[in-house]
Amino acid sequence: MKTLEFIPIDDLCSHYEIETSFFTQLSNLGVLEIKTVQSVHCIHHEKIPEVEKIIRLHQDLDLNFEGIDTVLNLLEKIERLQEELVKTKNRLRIYEE
Amino acid sequence: MAFIDYYKVLGISKSATAKEVKAAYRKLARKYHPDLNPNDKAAEQKFKEVNEANEVLSDPEKRKKYDEYGKDWKHADQFEQAKQQQGQYQQSQSRQGASQSFEGGDYSDFFEQMFGGGFTGGRGRNVRFKGQDFNADLELNLSELYETHKRTLTINGKKIRITIPAGIHNEQIIRIKGQGGEGANGGPKGDLLIRFILHNDTPFKRDKDNLYSSVDLDLYTALLGGEIEVKTFDGKVKLKVPPETQNGTKVKLKSKGFPKYKKPNEFGDLYLTYELKLPTKLSSEEKELFQKLSKIRNT
Repeated sequence: MKTLEFIPIDDLCSHYEIETSFFTQLSNLGVLEIKTVQSVHCIHHEKIPEVEKIIRLHQDLDLNFEGIDTVLNLLEKIERLQEELVKTKNRLRIYEE
Repeated sequence: MAFIDYYKVLGISKSATAKEVKAAYRKLARKYHPDLNPNDKAAEQKFKEVNEANEVLSDPEKRKKYDEYGKDWKHADQFEQAKQQQGQYQQSQSRQGASQSFEGGDYSDFFEQMFGGGFTGGRGRNVRFKGQDFNADLELNLSELYETHKRTLTINGKKIRITIPAGIHNEQIIRIKGQGGEGANGGPKGDLLIRFILHNDTPFKRDKDNLYSSVDLDLYTALLGGEIEVKTFDGKVKLKVPPETQNGTKVKLKSKGFPKYKKPNEFGDLYLTYELKLPTKLSSEEKELFQKLSKIRNT
């Protein structure tokens, strides 16, 4: 594992001005995966957009962690359905052209 | 620049309490928040309006100023000066907070005119956030996607050179990192998401990586067999037609379909359907011979 790929949770906490418990609670719920790199708890850098989305949902909408988990699951489901819809529409085009 | 009724935006009465303002804002924010409505420009716009209304109505000073001047907002500053000169107005209406940065904010001209620049946003802190993702649609012809190529696009007045990989699908979205909006408070830039809208300018129909087409077949080649030349996406090929080929017979030409996305040198297949074309305007001799053939077949 390359250390550069992982960002220590302490750095994220000071960057976003949030408590460490924010990440541990999300990890306990299975929303975010915390990795341990050289005894330091970290988040993979590719997860940062998701972390920011979670912070926005938490702060802008006052959602608790269970609510955030539910929202993320539903958004994932919507994304899958939209992909399916695009595929189906593309197949339909064969008969419409 | 029109007056904006912030009470109407939040769906509350003018006598709404701070608690009611907050509750109305939260309800609408949950409905229109951009994270819950990805790629929905109408929801994004609505969220901005709701945010702006909350910005004003949740702040007692701004709400007071808004209520006081309302539709006469254009003359708000003159009114204030007059009041201050008369010593009747004790509390200064300085543009407190106007210099604080909130890069995520995007306010109406009405708001800017009445309250000055952006204010501290809902988060109320100088947290660095990634910039907004930009969305763009790019319309292309199918024939342009047979080979990977580079193209220069102008997005928000900025030229960006991108590689368009062969085999992209209709409505597929590709993400170009760091080409979106500026980050908030020094955060990283957002990304550019390009959605490809494809127009079929070819005689082929496409399903994923496979192509479909029909080929006319004359009666004699269908009956007796022979060799025909058919069009594929990258040129013509010769094809052997076996004797007694039926109308509607499908033939698969392996790897003669569309390129597979991000799999160089891999192609889908081309499916051809034979469409039998019967001869017309028969001569009397031909009619005679067909009648003869018919008699042979039916005896």
